[in-house]
Amino acid sequence: MKSLKKFALGMAVAGLAATAAAAETVKIAYIDPLSGPFAATGTNGLHQYQFAADTLVNERGGVLDGQMFEIVAFDNKISPKESLIQLQVAIDQGIRYVVQGNSSGVANALTDAIAKHNDRNPDDRVLFLNYSAVDPALTNDKCNFWHFRFDAHADMKMDALTDVIAENEDIKKIYVIGQDYSFGKAVASAAVRMLTAKRPDIEIVGNELHPIGNVQDFTPYARKVVSSGADAMITGNWGSDMLGLGKAVIENGFSGPIYTYYAAADGITAAFGETGVGSLKLVAEGGNNPPSKPEAQEYVRAFKEKHPDGNISQSRITNVVQMLAMAIDDAGTATDVVQVANALEGMEFTDSLWSDNPMVMRPDDHQLIQEVHIYGHVPVEAPFDFDNSGYGLKYENSIVNAGADLPTTCEMERP
Amino acid sequence: MSLFIVNILDGLVTGLLLFMLCSGLTLIFSMMGVLNFAHASFYMLGAYFAYQISMFTGFWAGLIVAPIIVGVMGALIERYGLRRVHQYGHVPELIFTFGLALLIEEFVQFFWGRQQVPYNPPEALDFTAFAIAGNTFPAYKVFMIFMAIALFLVLLYILTRTRVGMTIQAALSYPETVQNLGHNVPMVFMGVFGVGTAMAGLAGVIAGPVMGTFPGMAFTLGAIVFVCIVVGGLGSLWGALVASLLIGWMQTFAASYNLRMEDLLIWLGFEKPTLMWESAWQDLWTLTLPQVGPILPYLFMVIVLVVRPQGLFGKRET
Repeated sequence: MKSLKKFALGMAVAGLAATAAAAETVKIAYIDPLSGPFAATGTNGLHQYQFAADTLVNERGGVLDGQMFEIVAFDNKISPKESLIQLQVAIDQGIRYVVQGNSSGVANALTDAIAKHNDRNPDDRVLFLNYSAVDPALTNDKCNFWHFRFDAHADMKMDALTDVIAENEDIKKIYVIGQDYSFGKAVASAAVRMLTAKRPDIEIVGNELHPIGNVQDFTPYARKVVSSGADAMITGNWGSDMLGLGKAVIENGFSGPIYTYYAAADGITAAFGETGVGSLKLVAEGGNNPPSKPEAQEYVRAFKEKHPDGNISQSRITNVVQMLAMAIDDAGTATDVVQVANALEGMEFTDSLWSDNPMVMRPDDHQLIQEVHIYGHVPVEAPFDFDNSGYGLKYENSIVNAGADLPTTCEMERP
Repeated sequence: MSLFIVNILDGLVTGLLLFMLCSGLTLIFSMMGVLNFAHASFYMLGAYFAYQISMFTGFWAGLIVAPIIVGVMGALIERYGLRRVHQYGHVPELIFTFGLALLIEEFVQFFWGRQQVPYNPPEALDFTAFAIAGNTFPAYKVFMIFMAIALFLVLLYILTRTRVGMTIQAALSYPETVQNLGHNVPMVFMGVFGVGTAMAGLAGVIAGPVMGTFPGMAFTLGAIVFVCIVVGGLGSLWGALVASLLIGWMQTFAASYNLRMEDLLIWLGFEKPTLMWESAWQDLWTLTLPQVGPILPYLFMVIVLVVRPQGLFGKRET
């Protein structure tokens, strides 16, 4: 009985504290995998969000009249179904901002659910800030007013990549290989489409898909790449498929560039180590290792001090946090998300830690237009390396406003 | 032609690696009468232990020490785990090994994390042994081939030419009789389990740098190992060798040649649908051999089970 009383009292106090806190904080729901095979990526992302919110917003006095950002973590086990449950929990807690990035499957489910929810509940609408899911459809056919994407999508990255390849006269033959699922297929078709348009003389000597997560030994695939006489290779592989394929190809005598989307951090940089130097390339937005701005270097140092095993592997996270803070200040409210969305729409962002060029949140489709870089895997001094391995990514080519001329099929309905 | 030779060599590496796992498991299988689901987990442990040791002393110490640690662990698990469960029958044994596999995976994730660890071949073997028409063959793979063949010869010698080997063979077939003759059969079983897991560990030590050392490595190899012992026949070392090599070559060649179902169907006299994406048979028409590759060993197993249930070299039925 006594314990029950204590419990009730505790609940009441907690409830009071929650209401008190709600008045002072802007809660942001982080819906990403925190358990299961992708937990490492999800946890690292969460740390980057918490650090960005603390350093870039809270320590500078918060937003509006001193409201603080609070990142609330929800584990979606990288399942679309689980994500929808977690989204409902977040909405029930009065959260109005959702960030998510790992897996376009999850992002597609969330953007649909959020659009429906906002239609039906005009009083507690939420915004979806997508920081990593790169399926082009999210800002094209499936776009909606509530979804904002801060990463360059797969076609924009391929556009930048093929721009660079098109300028390289040494490349005459290209091998395209990827995992046998939607993203692998999207990368392959974009590569073929854009290469044929930009450099009709380039021969696609191989275009194939391998079973995802089920190849024990990539040697036979590597043999095909080598014997095809390809000068370069393009792959959208990630995780152990990226590592296995890359290592096998390099070990078996391929010396040309390997253009990838995800061959960095989360153990991959460390595992490639010296072998990847000179051949491994990566296309992404974000900062150099080390970043050019002194305050960005300071930021990385402070992050590595707090999370020695972590990586600033998704530098766009700071853009999300800063741009949201600016939009809330511009709109003068954190609760009316329509006004915040209007402030975000078309926002020109010049304060990014990682880039000297302004970024624009394109109003037509809510896609951030920014610089995209082709990175090389090279030795990098601590603390700016990945996986504490002594290796990291440095700019080789930069495309300003990458993909800005790619048309969007988005027909946005505004509230 | 040169690509064919390279594929033969690559398949040999894959097959011999598989053999190092299967040879231990097939002995354990014929001894316990049930599958050891955790066998591939010992392979993973071998790779992780070797990685940890190689951080301090380099690759070569890991090559020797890691399999010994894994073997001792295996022997202890047999002595204090499996032997107690054994009296309750086969199903609890099966569940025990299954639980063990899950436990080892969690253990590995707890200590080394979920990411791939940077376990690399030793620098002494980090060069190209030879090249066939531009396809290089790393020295490390030559080393893998020699290690596996040496292991096979040693095992074959012990099992067929020494007293210990004869006792093991007799104990596998007629445990009661051997026990009545005064041999310590439980001790023999513990030894077989220990040596079997040590070989799995050794396979992990050798394969880790090539195939990647990550928590999913046991899972990707787990099922194929069972195919190998069923095809080869229970308790047969030669069977394990032949089955492993066949599976190795099957996987390598399937992944290497882009034969298309389309060509086969047209050759068989079928007409290609003009609107492929509207055809009900679209998936069948667009299949390629590399896509079918991963299921070929299982298909092979089904055929062997139908035609020769005791396996290629087995003496009794599975």
